[in-house]
Parts: sequence; structure tokens; C-alpha cells
Amino acid sequence: MSAATRAGGSGIDRPRRRKSPTGVAVSILLWGYVLVVLAPMALIVINSMRPSRQIFREPIALPDSINFDSFVRAWGEANFSQYFFNSLVIVVASVTLATAVSALAAYALGRYRFRGSGLLAVYFLSGLLLPFRLAIMPLFLLLQDLGLVDTRLGLILVYAATGVPFSVFILSAYFRQLPVDLSEAAKMDGAGEFTIFGRIMLPLVRPALATVAVFQFVPLWNDFFFPLVLLRSSDKWTLPVGMTRFFGEFQTDWSTLFAGIIITTLPLIIVFLLATRQIIAGLTAGIGKL
Amino acid sequence: MAEAPTPRSEARSASGSGVGRAAPPRRVLLVFIAPAFVLYTLFLIYPLVQALIFSLFEWKSTVRGDFVGLDNFTELFTRFPLDEQLPRAFIHNIVFYLVTMAVMVTLALLFAVLLQRARRGRGFLRVVYVLPYMISPLVVGYIWSLILNPTFGPVNSVLKELGLGELARPWLGDPSLAFPVVILVNAWYYLGFPMLLFAAGLAAIPEDYAEAAEVDGASTWQVFRHVTFPLLIPVFGTVAILTFIYSFNVFGLVWALSGVDGGPVGTTDVLGLLFYRTAFTGGVNAFGTASALAVVMFLAIFGVSMTARWWFGRLEEGLS
Repeated sequence: MSAATRAGGSGIDRPRRRKSPTGVAVSILLWGYVLVVLAPMALIVINSMRPSRQIFREPIALPDSINFDSFVRAWGEANFSQYFFNSLVIVVASVTLATAVSALAAYALGRYRFRGSGLLAVYFLSGLLLPFRLAIMPLFLLLQDLGLVDTRLGLILVYAATGVPFSVFILSAYFRQLPVDLSEAAKMDGAGEFTIFGRIMLPLVRPALATVAVFQFVPLWNDFFFPLVLLRSSDKWTLPVGMTRFFGEFQTDWSTLFAGIIITTLPLIIVFLLATRQIIAGLTAGIGKL
Repeated sequence: MAEAPTPRSEARSASGSGVGRAAPPRRVLLVFIAPAFVLYTLFLIYPLVQALIFSLFEWKSTVRGDFVGLDNFTELFTRFPLDEQLPRAFIHNIVFYLVTMAVMVTLALLFAVLLQRARRGRGFLRVVYVLPYMISPLVVGYIWSLILNPTFGPVNSVLKELGLGELARPWLGDPSLAFPVVILVNAWYYLGFPMLLFAAGLAAIPEDYAEAAEVDGASTWQVFRHVTFPLLIPVFGTVAILTFIYSFNVFGLVWALSGVDGGPVGTTDVLGLLFYRTAFTGGVNAFGTASALAVVMFLAIFGVSMTARWWFGRLEEGLS
């Protein structure tokens, strides 16, 4: 009944709202803000194809031709191929490691109650609110003692650790929802805990694994603070750190600057467009948990 | 990003269908939990606890010296230039937070409400609004530093084209303009996130409530004010707390727009930059003073978020 009312209600309601002056104002506002978001991005894309001389003479104009010279310069001369490779290796390894260890822990915490399980859950979850950057100096010395300063592995371990709280939080909620009969039946057949986890449970939470993995990708790809402190040599730099030197060295070559910005940002935009649902689910996971 | 569930909700969901009765032996549990526990403890919790200990010692570069009690904390508030820079940066973070919140509870909420009613292109609009939030804050800062460049930037050139040349400014070079510009650039970057939170909150409100009120003759505004708004209080709490934590962590965006010193003449300096400078360019006892600063910032950020959580929790209970 309520569905019919709703459909009928909106049928009468919506056309009237569209014609009204407020409806027009709403559309102008909504689509006007689209312009505010997209105009700077369009400017970057367009200007990446124009020589810097032209950009300086006339900041807003269409390119004479479609060419990717600036991308070649950014990729080669400005070392973006190296930064890109580093970012990719570090982020993929971190996400994989964090998701793997979190899935294991989340399974135990989500499926079983045992002494200290509540405390452990709170311990992991508290990480969602802790400002970990403030621990940078002890972290630096720790990595130094382990011989991991200025290595990709050091950054991977730190990043993976930062992914644990959110991943455990989401995954344990999913594991908890799976019906208990599944594992009981397998246990009757003599399957061990690891078989149940790997063969039965893990495949069932695959959507949650995807959410967790995709959602970690974005902040790690964008992170600037940890590699700035933990990586010294430029051949190990990730894109954001490489960006700082790039902006100093190429400050008079805007065409290449724009190309560098696009190279850094494009993977994220692609990930976001392909996995909008997962990322939005991740961003809004905190709602109502307060 | 997300808030930890309360122990209350934990217990409630544990009684649900999915939880097994007999836990496996402890050594099996250990294998499941140990990897995440060790990684998380060793690389995050242990350094965080150590920062507290660091702050009580004198440091000679990266070598720990004598126990000095609270001397590092006194130094924070008395040693030049920290005694000037710390209060200034702190005030900047507060202003940054308050203005950002004001923009978010008006614009982000407005867009969330309008988007829910939009008939066409809702999905597209939502993706576009969230798009800036996907870009690295550092890159956002660099993008806008080019757009706002006084000589070659398109903003000033458009103003000149329109005959409004006298409005053209060195946006990031003018001490009285730089900080408002930083806050605006940040709003461009950040808006999509609170908008998503508000949208999720709105979507969770059953339509029947508003319909019932409309049947009773309530106007659109009255429905919003007396039905929707009170039901959104928990979302306001989440937005307020997450924006607070975000505002006190802001770093890359300001770095790219204003440099590591928060120029011009420190008018855009924030705690994130000050902490970085103190730790890595702060002289012999840098680790000591910066650890003290870390402890103070930790207490401020964590203390305020926890208090706010408690307060919003009570507010919610009072309303329901």
C-alpha cells in the first residue's frame, strides 16, 4: 500500500516541482556546482596538451592539436615512471597484506566468543580514532633499528598496519552474519578450522574483501606524510613525494606540471568510477555507529 | 574513517545467528589473531605509546639523553619561536574547523537534501561531488596554486577579461587573503565526504515519517525542521567529529598551497606543519619538543573527539 502511495505521490508531486521557480533554482544550484568541481579538472586536461608558452599567454584556450608531449616529459624526464611504479608496488602490497591479516583476525573475532575477545575487538577498533602521524618519531627509530628506513618494505608494513582497524571492523561484521550451520556441517565432516576459513567462509565474504581492499587503496595512494619522512632516496619515492620535487624543478613548465597531476590522479579516478559502490560504502560505514 | 561500535552494539550482534558456540583451542585462535595483532601493535600502538615516553627525555638528535620530566612541555610554551607559533597554529586549526563545519552543515547538507529529491542524474551528481575527495590533498593544493597563480593563473586572467582587473589578487601571497583561500580550497576538496554522510543519513529515514507529517498538513520546511532534522542528529555528530579530526590533521593541502612554513608570514601555519618542522628541522632536542607537541595534540584531538562522542550520544538519547 505504501509503495503505491509513494509512487502516486511522486507522480503528482515531481512534475509540479520541476516547473516551479524553486525547481529551476535547485537545478541551477546542483548543476552549477558540477561546473565548480569539473572546471578546474577540465582546465588541467586541456592545458596539459598545450605548450607552456601558450598557457602563459592565454590561460584558458583549446589546444591546437591533441598531443601528449608533456606526458612523455613527465613520465620520462620528471621520473614519474619511477614514482608510479613505487606507488603501485607499495600500495598493492600494503592492501594485500592488511586485507589478509585482517581477514584472519576478523574471522576469529566475528565467529567466536572467547576470553578477551571483546577487549581485542575494542583494541583493534580504537585504531579508527587514533592520530597515528603523531607517532612518527618513535616509528622512524623503530624502522631504523629494523633496518627498514628508506625501504619500500618499511612503508608497506606501516601502511598495512594502518589498514587493520577498518578492515577488521568491516570484515568481522560480515563474518558474524554468516549462518552458523555452514561451519557446523563442515566440522561434522572433519574439516579443520583453517579449511573452514579458507574454503567456506572466505569465499562468502568476497564482496566485503573487495570493499575493504578498494577502500584502503585511495588514502594510501594519496598519502604524503609517511613517505616524506620514511623514504630518503628519490628512486623509492611515491607519487606524492615525487610531486614536491617535480613542482620545484618544473615550475616554469606548466604543461608538464599538468601532465604530472593527471598521471598521479588518473588511477584514483578510474578506481573510483569502477568501484563507486564499494568506496561510498566504506566512506559511510561510520554512520549510526556513534 | 568510521567510528568504533560501542560495546553495547557488540554484545547485541554477538547473540545473533552467526556466532559459533564452541571456540577452537587457543593455539588455533592465536594463529588467526597474531599476524594482525603483531602488525598493528608493533607499527602503530607501540610507537604511539613510545611518543609519550620520548616526551619526558632530552634528545641529542636521535639519541635519547637524560630524563627531564616535563621540561619539554615547558619549552613548547616558552621557547622562541614555538611560544609564538604554537598558539597561532592552534587558533588557525580552530578557525579552519569552525568555518569548514559551517560550510559543511549548510552546503553539504543542502546538496544532500536536494540530491535526494533530484529526479534526473542523481548518481552522476553524487559521483561528481565526491570526485575531489578522491584526489590527494597535496595534489589538490598544487592544482589550486596554479589556478590562483597571480600572473599566469586563469582566475586572475578571467577577472581581467571581464573588466574586473582590479579584483585580481595575489590570492595566496596576500597575508589577509591566504588563509580564507586555503579554507575555500579545502571546502572544494572535502565537501563530498560530509555530503555522502548526510545522504546516507537521509536515506535511512523511513519515507512514511515525512508522509505522515505531510498528511497532517506540515509544510516542506516544517517536515525538515521537525522530522528530518532531529533524526539526522547522529549524522551531525559523526560529521562534527570526523571533520574535527580531519581539521587537526590537515597537512598536505596547506603544504602545497603555502609551503612548509605556512606562508605568507605564517598566516596559514597549522599544527600539522608545525609538528613536522619541530620534529625534523627543530634543532638538537627536536625529538623531545616534538614528542611533547605530539602528546599535547593527541590529548586535544582524542580528548575532544571522545567528549563529543559522549555528548552526541546523550543528545540522541534525550531526543528518542
